[in-house]
Amino acid sequence: MKLTVWTYEGPPHVGAMRVATGMKGLHYILHAPQGDTYADLLFTMIERRNHRPPVSYTTFQARDLGSDTAHLFKDACQDAVDRFQPEAIIVGASCTAELIQDDPGGMAETMDLGGIPVIPLELPSYQRKENFGADETFYQIVRTLAKPQERTERVSCNILGGTALGFRHRDDIQEITALLYDLGIDVNVAAPLDATPADIARMPAAHFNVLLYPETGEAAARFLEKNHGQPYTKIVPIGVGATRDFVGEVGKILGKNFSPDESRLRLPWWSASVDSTYLTGKRVFLFGDGSHVMAMARVARDEMGFEVVGMGCFNREMARPLRTMAKDYGVEALITDDYLEVEATIERLAPEMIMGTQMERHIGKRLGIPCAVISAPVHVQDFPARYSPVMGFEGANVLFDTLVHPLVMGLEEHLLTMFRDDFEFHDAAGPSHHGGHSPKPLEEVENTGASGGSIVGQMKDGAHPADNVIWLSDAERELKKIPFFVRGKARRNTEAFAADRGLAEISLDTLYEAKAHYAR
Amino acid sequence: MNAPTPPPGGGCRSAPVLKERGQREVFCGLTGIIWLHRKMQDAFFLVVGSRTCAHLLQSAAGVMIFAEPRFGTAILEEGDLAGLADAHVELDREVARLLERRPDIRQLFLVGSCPSEVIKIDLSRAAERLSQVHAPHVRVLNYSGSGIETTFTEGEDACLASMVPVLPETTARELLVVGALPDVVEDQMLALLSDMGVGPVRCLPARRIDHETAIGPNTQFILAQPFLGETHAALERRGATHIPAPFPFGEEGTTAWLKAIAQEFDVPPEAFAAATDAPRARARRAIAQASEHLNGRSIFFFPDSQLEIPLARFLTRECGMSAVEVGSPYIHDAIHGPDLDLLPAGPQISEGQDVDLQLDRVRAARPDLTVCGLGLANPLEAEGLATKWAIELVFTPVHFYEQAGDLAGLFSRPLRRKSLLKVEAAE
Repeated sequence: MKLTVWTYEGPPHVGAMRVATGMKGLHYILHAPQGDTYADLLFTMIERRNHRPPVSYTTFQARDLGSDTAHLFKDACQDAVDRFQPEAIIVGASCTAELIQDDPGGMAETMDLGGIPVIPLELPSYQRKENFGADETFYQIVRTLAKPQERTERVSCNILGGTALGFRHRDDIQEITALLYDLGIDVNVAAPLDATPADIARMPAAHFNVLLYPETGEAAARFLEKNHGQPYTKIVPIGVGATRDFVGEVGKILGKNFSPDESRLRLPWWSASVDSTYLTGKRVFLFGDGSHVMAMARVARDEMGFEVVGMGCFNREMARPLRTMAKDYGVEALITDDYLEVEATIERLAPEMIMGTQMERHIGKRLGIPCAVISAPVHVQDFPARYSPVMGFEGANVLFDTLVHPLVMGLEEHLLTMFRDDFEFHDAAGPSHHGGHSPKPLEEVENTGASGGSIVGQMKDGAHPADNVIWLSDAERELKKIPFFVRGKARRNTEAFAADRGLAEISLDTLYEAKAHYAR
Repeated sequence: MNAPTPPPGGGCRSAPVLKERGQREVFCGLTGIIWLHRKMQDAFFLVVGSRTCAHLLQSAAGVMIFAEPRFGTAILEEGDLAGLADAHVELDREVARLLERRPDIRQLFLVGSCPSEVIKIDLSRAAERLSQVHAPHVRVLNYSGSGIETTFTEGEDACLASMVPVLPETTARELLVVGALPDVVEDQMLALLSDMGVGPVRCLPARRIDHETAIGPNTQFILAQPFLGETHAALERRGATHIPAPFPFGEEGTTAWLKAIAQEFDVPPEAFAAATDAPRARARRAIAQASEHLNGRSIFFFPDSQLEIPLARFLTRECGMSAVEVGSPYIHDAIHGPDLDLLPAGPQISEGQDVDLQLDRVRAARPDLTVCGLGLANPLEAEGLATKWAIELVFTPVHFYEQAGDLAGLFSRPLRRKSLLKVEAAE
């Protein structure tokens, strides 16, 4: 038993829904009690889908448990097939139905459903989570439907892993499809997103697979490699370097040397241009799904010139590669699905920006730290109307904008530092291009914990004093004059400096000694 | 001080009810925690459930309320399913840890879920045990918010019903208003009642455990929400008397509701008029303005919160709409009867749901406005039907005179928006 307030991932059957809702011509019969239909709104509201997810819920109630829940399943299954006439169905149980052990898969197989493929899902709700559910569901669909066949005449590939509710999947797939087309490679099938069961059947015609989303497509990629001889790409093309490496990897698979068209790529010059100088060494913390975090850490360090001060992921499946990368970046990896732990880590590290999920956006809001969203889970505002991939060369352009937007602009930083006491233009007003989202004055930020305290106790000041170092009042006053967006860093650096030298007190001099020490 | 006139063609109380059983597109009772944890400022709601329960709670609110939620889910894991004794030990440990971290918590609700009900974790025993451990500082109660037992607002009903047996006894003749209302609305209501000379008035739930509400054989209670069937029964078991009334939506509903109290507490007509005349007139003006776009339009209710019948009464009688179908998850005659009496005959009254069949009916009827859950709203909009999300009716202050215009506005906004937009959705 584990106390949870917010979760990064839903249960595994929600992962199966992401696959079913992304596909066309597939229907999911879910043995589930009333209330589990809440999951429909994830798709209709957060992603603004204009169709109901293709899911039929059996809706059993307490009074059914004593008698017969099996016939409820059979009726729902028959009704769904009659009404929606799917090409194939997936059947499974939500967490409660798993406990009553009706075996939906077995029941569906004994029914006469007009010969359509029935794909049973075993998704252990009390052990695994949403990404596993999506990965496993896609794998089972591919395993059941993909048929051995000749390769296409022209070189082609499949794109694997895109689902409903994914972070920018719609646009990433379009961007990578265009990139591959430029290289002379056709996309045979992109799946699960927008694929039909008939499309899945012809996946083995492709020469290789592009795995864009390891979280939701890796089991299928491995299966296709082993059983249909299709190698798959391992590099996730997020950022300039990774996109170039991805093109190289595709070339290696095909024995060719590609030079992709980079005429639309703007990130390198935007990053090199002098206005970006102020981005140098900005301390960033990354958290999200493993694949996005690892790719974005590289973008942050090598393409934006930030300093990565910490990184982590909520999906344990990615713990190993993420730990390796963190070690290489000289930081500790945080592998947890407990958002309170993430919050505590961010508070401790006091980064100047967070690159995270919707959870970290809320954490950032509380701590007064700007946040760029780079990974699922995301909210409705992270499904933009405009084309905004994060993969490929256009994706790199989008990322530059995404990572700069939350920050105070370069010249504004200087002005705030110079005229920090101006009554209209003071630092607590926040970045001038974010009218409605300006951080509150620090005193107020400190007081917001008063509404009841978080379950780990009262919120601490965004940059709390170290346990055994005392700030003398003149130093404390000076610290408050430092603009909000660097105050946390200044406090942290000064305390670390004092601790290193065994100082018990921080005076004005210590503050400036530390400033000189950390000058860059 | 006239009683509302029954419709000339008769009401809906004896109309045949279409009862359906099938897929239900509704929330489970856990959802009530979203507003209850804000209403009761010293309460914590601990759901004993699965990852699905936790995911529901964070999704149902639409936005996550990151400002210190006073709820959480103790997620059952593989090990808890194997040995139930261990589950109780684990629960005790989690509760102890929680209460240690949150000394401000005075009431703890252990909330049962589908999985905890199916594996039969006895939360009443756990609540008793934990009450002994943590008394007198913390009172531990339990109720079920599970989907196999409760539909959406029935979660609040189960929560309030769980409090009734532990409320202290009194012989005082007092008015008890039952049902969680937004604080601002509750204050307006208390002011109205005080102007009428009715008092003291007790509320269930109270904002804090210290505002103790007592009940007994002389307690007269009135429901402010139409989904409190179990609480109604629990109060009657303790000897309290129910004041039946239409629900306080709109000018007419509010007046009828207050009047039922006035009659019970012998409020003189002049005092009633003095307290209500001005706000009644204001409410009428506000409704007239806001219902301009509703007049002559048709409306179809999917079952959601049990607010459907009183709202249909308001929209048909005060806003000039006509109801095509009024669906409710459950209909209790003792509670919904007064509103059904006033609802003009005509609409199909339906109870329960088979969502696919109901969607067939709404597509055939093509009403001007459809009230439905979040899972159905965008798909119906994409088919050209204007919709109003039902959950907003539960999350927005809509009761009593001063909110009557806002309530009409909630329904007229989708229609106004539809008439304003000059772009067709690209497909």
